[in-house]
Amino acid sequence: MSDTILETTGLTREFQGFVAVNEVALRVREGTIHALIGPNGAGKTTFFNMLSKFLAPTRGTIRFKGRDITSLKPAQVARLGLVRSFQISAVFPHLTALENVRLALQRARGASFDFWRSEQVLREYDDRARQLLFDVGLTEYVETSAGLLSYGRKRALEIATTLALDPEMMLLDEPTAGMTHEDVDRIVELIKRIRQGRTILMVEHNLSVVEGLCDTITVLTRGRILAEGDYATVSKNPEVIAAYLGTEHA
Amino acid sequence: MSISSRTQTDIDRAAGEAAPVVPKAGSMFGFSRTQAIAFAIMVLLVVLCPWVLYPVFLMKVLCFALFACAFNLLIGYVGLLSFGHAAFFGMGSYITAWTVKHWGLSAEVAIILGGLTGAALGLVLGWLAIRRQGLYFAMITLALAQMVYFFCLQAPFTGGEDGIQQVPRSSLFGLLPLDRDMAIYWLVAFVFLAGFLFIHRVVHSPFGQVLKAIRENEPRATSLGYRTDDYKLIAFTLSCTLAGIAGGTKALVFGIATLTDVHYSMSGEVVLMTLLGGLGTIFGPVVGALVVTAMENYLAQFGAWVTVTQGAIFILCVLFFRKGIVGTVGGWFRLEL
Repeated sequence: MSDTILETTGLTREFQGFVAVNEVALRVREGTIHALIGPNGAGKTTFFNMLSKFLAPTRGTIRFKGRDITSLKPAQVARLGLVRSFQISAVFPHLTALENVRLALQRARGASFDFWRSEQVLREYDDRARQLLFDVGLTEYVETSAGLLSYGRKRALEIATTLALDPEMMLLDEPTAGMTHEDVDRIVELIKRIRQGRTILMVEHNLSVVEGLCDTITVLTRGRILAEGDYATVSKNPEVIAAYLGTEHA
Repeated sequence: MSISSRTQTDIDRAAGEAAPVVPKAGSMFGFSRTQAIAFAIMVLLVVLCPWVLYPVFLMKVLCFALFACAFNLLIGYVGLLSFGHAAFFGMGSYITAWTVKHWGLSAEVAIILGGLTGAALGLVLGWLAIRRQGLYFAMITLALAQMVYFFCLQAPFTGGEDGIQQVPRSSLFGLLPLDRDMAIYWLVAFVFLAGFLFIHRVVHSPFGQVLKAIRENEPRATSLGYRTDDYKLIAFTLSCTLAGIAGGTKALVFGIATLTDVHYSMSGEVVLMTLLGGLGTIFGPVVGALVVTAMENYLAQFGAWVTVTQGAIFILCVLFFRKGIVGTVGGWFRLEL
């Protein structure tokens, strides 16, 4: 087991003389939940954007399932099975929850360039979309415009949409950011349920979420990896405590 | 022109009210019940009005309505603001006029050629323009359209300042002469209704779903694996095809194709029509085209004051009727038109 699914070597991103991510070598093992934590400005989101190809690295390589994906486009990476979520909730606000999920399921048809066909052909995905919405607890909101959902439910909808692609690996950018306690619990339960057969790499601020959920934790500060290991190891590392929690906690 | 800010305010406003759950009824051709009724009324008006109103005026309205609907396909459903749509309308107009006048083509072939011209030009200019977003996209389309304008000013076949004049109305399938106003009216009505239904189908197709996703949140659409540029380019080309058809039809009706059709003020006019009628509504551009054309026709005696009035209406619309006539009135009755 535990083969490497995603691997970066010497991954670097510079912005006008500022090095946001510096020579990061990360290995994510298949089937694990891997967390990326670190204080604000540590380069987590930059790193994340490079993995999903929304940002080109200055140097370094990214390999996914043994294949070099460094020069691919975002949509290509998504089709290979590496799908990301966004820090700000990314839904299609004027479309219903069902339509949101269906847009991901629609990917199974290949490219939807058929502008002459009725959208009735998409009905075949409705059952699967309803099932996914049920899985994330949104059954009541199937016909509601996504823009009207609460913040937590938007995140749930976003996860349902991402799941609809049945990705081998999911990149979750702060899945619980800005959520109420109940919503956080719901999302954690959800992530536990969907982890079968998948690899998840998540950026997370909330340490209690990371504690119960993640197999491996990588701590990033100032663009570099500071420590790596399971929660017990990492949380006892004095350097991590100093960098992440501030020296007064040490 | 920020679609996302409009979207956000709409949501904020809507979120304040109790969340209305609008069930999608089993629909006819993608029309909801209200839309089907509105469409039936529109068809009825298209059929009945020429007996009451001046047919040439009505044909002008229908040509501009199709043009505005084509423009609305981009702004309303993909979120692309093209400031250069006159280029496609005007080139369609020139090609139809020229081929009828010099080759003696029949009306339907000439109009189709006008549409193909719009498509070809749209494919090339669109390919260049979609590489940028938002305001930059609008500016690039404007710049490219200006290049088309100066090309038309210089190219010998357009007749420069004179345009192509005295274009015969030709005949349908080489059989039915279209010289009488009422004869060509039915052709124009058919072209408009067919174009309208076509746009409606595009909006309510699997392709249209992806377009709406791009309008709502392009990065998310990309992250789901859609190559959004391809979708935008196809939508742009479709819109330009219809603009070319509208231009060609107009050239036949008036027997003339001039620089006015490719001028940037024409691009501005179609923006005004769509905004006034209500962007992102299927009937809005039609209503907008009717209002703007009627103003131009019936206020023509006041000369330059027409432009001033239009400007004032535009400002009022942006300040108070962000959703346009159809969007606002539809909102009062909670109808999606």
